[in-house]
Amino acid sequence: MTLASTGDGYAHASAPAPATGNPGKVLNSAAAVSPAFSLSRRARRAWIWTLQNALPPALTTALLLLIWQIAFSQPGASLPTPSIVWSESKDLILQPFYWAGSQDIGLGWRILTSLQRVAVGFGLAAIAGIAIGALIGQSIWAMRGLDPIFQVLRTVPPLAWLPISLAAFRDANPSAIFVIFITSIWPILINTAVGIRNVPQDYRNVAAVLRLNTLELFFKVMLPSAAPYIFTGLRIGIGLSWLAIVAAEMLTGGVGIGFFIWDAWNSSKLPDIVVALVYIGLVGFVLDRLVSAAGRFVTRSATP
Amino acid sequence: MSKDNDPYLKLDHIAKSFQRGSTTTEVLRDIQLAIADGEYISIIGHSGCGKSTLLNIIGGLTPVTKGAVLLQNREVNSPGPERAIVFQNHSLLPWLSVYDNVAIAVNKVFSGRKSRAERDEWIKHNLALVHMSHALEKFPSELSGGMKQRVGIARALSLEPKILLLDEPFGALDALTRAHLQDSVMEIHSRLKNTMIMITHDVDEAVLLSDRIVMMTNGPAATIGEVLTVPLARPRDRLALVSDATYTQCRATVIEFLYARHKAPSLVA
Ligand SMILES: Nc1ncnc2c1ncn2[C@@H]1O[C@H](COP(=O)(O)OP(=O)(O)O)[C@@H](O)[C@H]1O
Ligand SMILES: [Mg+2]
Repeated sequence: MTLASTGDGYAHASAPAPATGNPGKVLNSAAAVSPAFSLSRRARRAWIWTLQNALPPALTTALLLLIWQIAFSQPGASLPTPSIVWSESKDLILQPFYWAGSQDIGLGWRILTSLQRVAVGFGLAAIAGIAIGALIGQSIWAMRGLDPIFQVLRTVPPLAWLPISLAAFRDANPSAIFVIFITSIWPILINTAVGIRNVPQDYRNVAAVLRLNTLELFFKVMLPSAAPYIFTGLRIGIGLSWLAIVAAEMLTGGVGIGFFIWDAWNSSKLPDIVVALVYIGLVGFVLDRLVSAAGRFVTRSATP
Repeated sequence: MSKDNDPYLKLDHIAKSFQRGSTTTEVLRDIQLAIADGEYISIIGHSGCGKSTLLNIIGGLTPVTKGAVLLQNREVNSPGPERAIVFQNHSLLPWLSVYDNVAIAVNKVFSGRKSRAERDEWIKHNLALVHMSHALEKFPSELSGGMKQRVGIARALSLEPKILLLDEPFGALDALTRAHLQDSVMEIHSRLKNTMIMITHDVDEAVLLSDRIVMMTNGPAATIGEVLTVPLARPRDRLALVSDATYTQCRATVIEFLYARHKAPSLVA
């Protein structure tokens, strides 16, 4: 059950802070001084927050860019410097959504195409992973029998599935989707099974006294109780999906961001590749945050 | 034997052993007890003697090894809402609000018999009984231990159980909250006249609340050592009882049983 332990505190997500009163409301002249005061205090707090959270990454990014610039600025360097990336690939950075023909499109469109595949593949993996994981979690013997197999399968790299997938589907798009599916399903499945396994006996007893039927037991007790585990699995899964899509698209072609990199490599446009990498990283980061936020939202009240 | 003479709830020669690998532990042996409708029974005994096991057997959560539980002459061997349980650790579902924790029970059990509006009213009524109307939308994580226990009691009461099973319901609470909840339970019992079986290891609590106190011997193979009838009139008032001779005498009997004749196993050595 190695994956379950990579949970990073969903179960400890704190309850949302109570809403504070609206400081802008002025009821009488005596109170008129307080909104101005609280406004300035708010502004100061926002300023401090920015300082603490945005400044360090901005500084380190600037520093890294500087080091990169210096390291590759001698003539004949193997990689482009940030300034070359900027001068040669400005269009890609500034116009993510331009459209000038079937292969001459902005990176935003390519990202969206890739995201669409991820949505299908990851969506299917989530549904199948939760359903199968829940079934397996019900039975200690199913878990003992299947867990080693899953633990082996989940270490297979995404690209290793591709030839089999292409052979089975004979088409690039479903193959890419299948690769995403098969890569991201294991952590979802394993974590769901562990979560269902760990539903406290107390909750099962409550359900038994109420004589909940199987469906009610599953949807009203098991699933909510296992939600923190399931979201840990989903979060690992979405990360793997994003890894898989880029790899798969490099080989299957089409308009995705992965194929763009391959194409840029073939036409020796290294600056374009650098820009694409930044896009991929940022989107992966946003995906991770989204699933994490969804998990916090769903399990917001379930803090013991 | 005529039907009228049969007890409401009968524990008929119950025995329970747990099997773990090749070792068998006999926890309960030959438990026999007849309980009348509306009676308040306390089960008292040292920790680990098998009180929770016995309560779970009555609740149908644990199968017996030998014997049977008969409710109105019918054997019960699975859990059901007519034998509601107030669990030792409240067992509220943490992702549901106070209201929804009771609603999940009411909506399941009364779905055919009450309209939506009636169910809503019934949920609120039961939470009002335990003085929790102010916190309907709160989540268990926002409640104190006493409040959680009260919601657990409301959930159990909302099932209109024939028998209410309480497993050390006030064990984890401070003395003030405990007294308050004991009063609430007495009040509910006098109003609803349902049968209550409560586990406790608090002697005062047992004497104050019960019609009869069932004293269990120490395990392994624990059984009923003695049953004490508490001949105190109801309603009972804890202040008036402090100096009451009958109360004092009942108290002494239980203490004598627990601490002289059946000392806790760990204290004997
Ligand atoms: N499911 C179980 N499997 C094995 N032994 C158990 C189980 N449940 C309870 N026991 C054993 O039965 C004995 C009585 O437990 P319990 O009924 O919880 O005691 P009490 O509630 O009186 O403190 C203990 O020794 C405990 O270890
Ligand atoms: Mg116990």
